[in-house]
Amino acid sequence: MLEVGHRLFRFPGGLKLEHHKRESLVEPLLRLPLPEHLYLPLVQHQGPAGQLLVTPGQTVLKGQPLSRARSDREVPIHAPSSGRVVGQRRWPVSWPPGSEADCIVLETDAEEHWIERHPRPDWAAIEPTELIEMLRAGGLAGLGGAMFPTAAKLRGDWEAPGIHTLILNGSECEPWISCDESLMRGRPEAVIEGGLILARALGADEIVIGIEDLMGGVGRTLERAAAEVGGARQVRVVRVARIYPEGGERQLIQVLTGAEVPHDGLPQDLGLACLNVATAATARDIIVEGKPLIERIVTVTGPAITRPRNVIAPLGASLSELIAFAGGLKGPVERLVLGGPMSGLPLTSDRIPVIKGSNCVLALGPDDTRRSQPEMPCINCGECVRVCPASLLPQQLFLAARTEDHDETAALHLFDCIECGCCAQVCPSHIPLVDWYRHEKGLLRERGIEDGRANRARARFEAREHRLAAREDQRRRKREAREQRLIQQAAAKSEVQAALERVRARTDGPEDEQGDRTP
Amino acid sequence: MRLTVAGAPHLPPISTVSGVMRQVLYALLPGVLGHVWFFGPGILIQIALAVGFALSFETLMLKARGKPLQPFIGDYSAVVTGVLFALCIPPLAPWWISLVGMLFAIVIAKQLYGGLGYNLFNPAMVGFAAVIVAFPLELSQWLAPRSLSPGLPGLAETLQAILSGALPAGSNWDAISQATPLDALKIGVAENRLVSEIRSSPIFGDFGGQGWEWIANLYAVGGLWLLYRRVISWHVPAAILVTVIAVSTPMWLLGPDTNPSAPQHIFSGALVLAAFFIATDPVSGCSTMKGRLLFGIGVAILTLAIRRFGGYPDGVAFAVLLMNMAAPLIDRLTRPRTYGH
Amino acid sequence: MIAPILVLLGLLLSIGLVLSMIARRFQPDETSVVEQINAILPQTQCGQCSYPGCRPYAEAIAEGQADINQCPPGGEAGVRALAELLGREPKPLDESHGVHKAPTVAVIDESRCIGCKLCIQACPVDAILGAPKLMHTVIADECTGCELCLPPCPVDCIDMLPRRGPFVWPLQFEPRPAPMPSTQKREPDHA
Repeated sequence: MLEVGHRLFRFPGGLKLEHHKRESLVEPLLRLPLPEHLYLPLVQHQGPAGQLLVTPGQTVLKGQPLSRARSDREVPIHAPSSGRVVGQRRWPVSWPPGSEADCIVLETDAEEHWIERHPRPDWAAIEPTELIEMLRAGGLAGLGGAMFPTAAKLRGDWEAPGIHTLILNGSECEPWISCDESLMRGRPEAVIEGGLILARALGADEIVIGIEDLMGGVGRTLERAAAEVGGARQVRVVRVARIYPEGGERQLIQVLTGAEVPHDGLPQDLGLACLNVATAATARDIIVEGKPLIERIVTVTGPAITRPRNVIAPLGASLSELIAFAGGLKGPVERLVLGGPMSGLPLTSDRIPVIKGSNCVLALGPDDTRRSQPEMPCINCGECVRVCPASLLPQQLFLAARTEDHDETAALHLFDCIECGCCAQVCPSHIPLVDWYRHEKGLLRERGIEDGRANRARARFEAREHRLAAREDQRRRKREAREQRLIQQAAAKSEVQAALERVRARTDGPEDEQGDRTP
Repeated sequence: MRLTVAGAPHLPPISTVSGVMRQVLYALLPGVLGHVWFFGPGILIQIALAVGFALSFETLMLKARGKPLQPFIGDYSAVVTGVLFALCIPPLAPWWISLVGMLFAIVIAKQLYGGLGYNLFNPAMVGFAAVIVAFPLELSQWLAPRSLSPGLPGLAETLQAILSGALPAGSNWDAISQATPLDALKIGVAENRLVSEIRSSPIFGDFGGQGWEWIANLYAVGGLWLLYRRVISWHVPAAILVTVIAVSTPMWLLGPDTNPSAPQHIFSGALVLAAFFIATDPVSGCSTMKGRLLFGIGVAILTLAIRRFGGYPDGVAFAVLLMNMAAPLIDRLTRPRTYGH
Repeated sequence: MIAPILVLLGLLLSIGLVLSMIARRFQPDETSVVEQINAILPQTQCGQCSYPGCRPYAEAIAEGQADINQCPPGGEAGVRALAELLGREPKPLDESHGVHKAPTVAVIDESRCIGCKLCIQACPVDAILGAPKLMHTVIADECTGCELCLPPCPVDCIDMLPRRGPFVWPLQFEPRPAPMPSTQKREPDHA
């Protein structure tokens, strides 16, 4: 069995970045005042939308399910506030960038009418499968940003005979983001209890919480909370070195265990499951208080924000409300990013709503994004090779992608790229490497889909040709048989005719001149 | 609000191409100053000529190819090529040596291959190889170091010599020129003289040549600074120096009369300059770390072989060019194992 | 004088012999060439190349009867792939056979369909489901966009709609990208 966190390892490459987390941890954590309207996309996770349960005009209670999951890959959404469902309309969303999606528009009232909740503080008595059902019904998805349906992470058929260690990812390696640290400082007991609940659901014996070595008192806070909640024996807090991207799932596992997740496998194949600390705290809220996932902590920060802070925001709140709550913009804003500066998504509008994976909104001014040099050709300096945590060859990948050599990019293991941004951050030629890799991954996926379609079309075409040829064959044989029969009939007919003639000749005697016959 | 939409990372990288090139130039400064001290101001004029020709040729070629002048003219890569070339030729070489050298380096080896980032061969070394093969006489007229000569030519005399291609009246080449230590070694060994005997000549210092070993040390200081600043990686310099020591030491132990020792090799000729500045040229070298080690080993072995068996006193330029040819294949064969595979 | 010439001649002859033996031994199998060409073709089975399907076109290319640039759905990429496979010079698409278009899917307007079966018989990959006097419908995942069902339909009830592939991250974003087109009414419901 793998030892987790007793010895720390290093992953290759990586960068030491400036933290910029102090800025947003100065102000206390507050709840956003309830906006008038909430815009809830049906898809707030990696997977298909659930089944819609509400109709326009319907009044809903706080926490009422608005959609239903029909499999582990679907995640339901719930009303973050009581109010009235105005309807469904197209509204800007964060993915794909610049697109709109169907969102449920909820007109809120300040009544705080909750649905009937079923708190279960006695979760230790609940069977793991039932726990997973409750978490799924509570709308739990990965809150670290990837929004993977948690139920699908908690159960499935994996290589290893069960999960032995749950890793809670609190390392939050990307600069500027501090929502997880804010959560761990403010509600450490929720994180611990959530971890215990998830461990029970997984059947895991141990829980390891990975935090950054510079997170100061967070480690002590968590250890104290673990002792209070009663999980001190099971729960260990491990401080990992602050080298971006140590918070990437694969890199964190490598640091804590020295083992690598197989490229075609999952952490579960090693007997590990890795979940974010916010996911754990939300799991605790779902089970212990019966409250579904309807709000989350979002860091509003950046050089262009007046008073950076963390804020508890209801899902569906427009980012403009959060920015206003953080004191608004301090000057012109050039770029709004959902996530961190290294791997965050560029936003096209501040109307985009908060969804389950929205961990941070980062506002950058023109001075922050200005480049001192245009994109230059690659000078083969090898810095990108030095910093890649997946030991890829970014420079070769770039060359192959640029020459549209799709076989080569696949052979260079493009799909093992975690899009951390380290390579592009050190490139002296300022080449947008991650854009190229994302683009190339899309083309490879497209090519895979097209190849599949072409194979199916070829098979169907050949089957059809076969069928038509068989039908032709059958017709031909029928025709020939019919001809044969006709010939036989004709032959039979002439035989009969001949026989009749013979009989007539015998019985009738020769004909006289008048044609009469002699009796 | 008008938002620009671009992919991550959203904060621009700190390093730039011109920044990298400029740091290489700063690192060359100690060596250049040492050169001026020991051999006079000729080297500065050569640098000025080479850089001037390099930038002019680059401008002409960019215009001819229809490419914009910026940012390529301002990226200092042609400057680095010019400086490295100038450091390899004698300080009194006529001005047209730099012209021909830069013609081969910038026009043929760099721009005709596609410009910055596309050249297969190290441009400075292509230029140097062209001139040493075409003008062996001019490339062998080196000066004696300050400590030995009665007086180095002053600035005016140097300028006159370089620009006119002829020496000032009253002096001739035989009087002021001096074979380099490597020249002397090669000629001496061919004459079956012992190494120790050859090295008793006053042009030799403790390790390499007088003056030359100082300059090599100064290059090394600049190179170590580049290592510290992460402009180059340790693989190529370490591979070259370790291989030189590893190959020449047994040879010297077995035959001290015909083989120089490792320190003598390292501090003669352009080996240190090559280890830190020439073989580390990113574009024409390898991009994988293991590949760089192999590249360095190859350069070292080829240099020693050419010094021992070849027709030229210093084989660094040809060794680098030969390894440039092998670099793409080495890259292909030394791919690292990807995470999870 | 004679000796070097004889040696060189001998060398050249032996090299030529070795090469011809190798060429004979490693000759590409004719049928496998057709398979390889067919693997490159997009399998739209549209007939724009003037052959009744992709396999007949592949056979024609292998026999030298047809040129490699007659397939509009394959586009320039297809021509280049064929050129690389066969060791020929790539050439621009022959537009007399049609232009390269974005992928499309046929959709039957159910309010107008009369159940005549003519489109079902025309579809080269059997992608239309239906029976006489009963509703016909196109299986969207199997439709190749060949448009062979359009001419036979007597009531012109079939439309070609763009087929959206997976999202591909663009290399360049416009300053403010326009919102993506709204969902087609006829796209299958997830429910």
